[in-house]
Amino acid sequence: MCTTCGCGQGEGRIEGDEHPHVHEDGGGTVHSHAHAHDHAQGPGQRRMVQIERNLLEKNDAFAKINREQFVQKGIFVLNLVSSPGSGKTTLLTATIDRLKPRIPIAVIEGDQQTTHDADRIRATGVPAIQINTGKGCHLDAHMVGHAAERLNLPQDSVLMIENVGNLVCPSAFDLGEAHKVVILSVTEGEDKPLKYPDMFAAADVLLLNKVDLLPYLEFDVDKCLDFARRVNPRLKVIRTSATTGEGLEAWVEWIEVGAHSAKVIRGEALSSPPCRA
Amino acid sequence: MSLMEGMLRIVEENARDQGFGHVRTVILEIGKLAGVEVEALRFAFEAVADGSIAEGAALQIEEPPGLGWCVECEKESPVESRYDPCPLCGKVPLNITGGTQMRVMALDVE
Repeated sequence: MCTTCGCGQGEGRIEGDEHPHVHEDGGGTVHSHAHAHDHAQGPGQRRMVQIERNLLEKNDAFAKINREQFVQKGIFVLNLVSSPGSGKTTLLTATIDRLKPRIPIAVIEGDQQTTHDADRIRATGVPAIQINTGKGCHLDAHMVGHAAERLNLPQDSVLMIENVGNLVCPSAFDLGEAHKVVILSVTEGEDKPLKYPDMFAAADVLLLNKVDLLPYLEFDVDKCLDFARRVNPRLKVIRTSATTGEGLEAWVEWIEVGAHSAKVIRGEALSSPPCRA
Repeated sequence: MSLMEGMLRIVEENARDQGFGHVRTVILEIGKLAGVEVEALRFAFEAVADGSIAEGAALQIEEPPGLGWCVECEKESPVESRYDPCPLCGKVPLNITGGTQMRVMALDVE
C-alpha cells in the first residue's frame, strides 16, 4: 500500500510499476481510498441531504499536496496541454536541449498508451516517466504526485508535465502546477481558443507553435490571438518553432525566470515558521 | 466519467456518515460555463451508479447561467460563453464570475 495516500490497486499505470498502482475505475482517475464501514442501520426515513461539494474536490486535494511539495523543494512545474499533433513533444525536446545546461529538468509524460514519448525525452538525457492513463483522457493530481515521487526531483529544478493531447478535460484538473501552458500549432484552426475556451482561460501562456509553416498556410495569427485574448486577456503569447528555433530562447528565458522565483519562494518558506493549518 | 466517480465518492461518504441506504435522486449543479456536456454526464452517471448505492437514482441537474463582471460598468451580467462582450458597453472580455461550478448539491435519500 502507498504510504503517502494509502492507495492500493488500480488500472492506470505509472511506468516502472510491476503492478498497476494508481486507482482507476475506467476513467483513469483517483478513486476513493476510504475503507468500507459496516454500519448497522435499517432503512432510514426519506429525507433531503444538503451537500454542496465540488465534484473535483479529491483531485484538488491531491493537487494542493503536490503544490506544497513542489513549493517546498523550489520546483517550477509546468503543465503542457494541447490537441494531439500540436508538436508538443518535439517542442519539449528542443526546450530541454536549451534548458538542460542551465537547470536540472525532469519530465512526466501522459498518454493513453505506449512509452514512446518518455523514450523520446530520455533520449535527450533527462529523467522522464510515462503515465499511461488507459481509457482516461487526462492526467490527474494523484497520478502526478506518485510519478513525481518516483522521479525523486532535485531541489530548485524544473518539472514539465506533458498532459494527454486533449483540449477539454485537462483544463479542469489541477495537477499542482505553477502554470498551464497551452500549445496551439498554426496547422490547427485559428478559432480553437473560442472552440475550447476553458483551456485557454485556464492557461497562463500560449505557445503558438510551428510558426515556420506560416508562409504555406492561411492561418491568421492576429485573429487567433484576438480570439485567445477575448477568452483570457492576460495570456502571455510566445511564437515558437522547434524546426527553426524561433521563440525558443524567449520561452526558455521565461522558464528560467519562473524557476528562479520558485527558488526564491522556497528560501522564504524556509525562513518562516511552517504552517500547520 | 471522472466527474461522476467524484460524485459517487461524495454520495458514498455521505451515506456512511449520515446513515442512509438508498439514494432516490442526486441533485447536481453544473454551471453553463463548466465546459461539461450534461448529456454525457447523464450517460456516465448511469454507468457509475450501476451496482452502487445510487443505482436507479434519478439525476437532476441544475444549470446556473454564466455570469461576467465588467470592470468598466462595474456590473455583473449573464453571459452565454466565456468570450461574450459586456451586454451594456460591448467591452471584451468580462471577468467570469459564475457558471463554472460543478457540485453535488443535495441528495434525496432514504
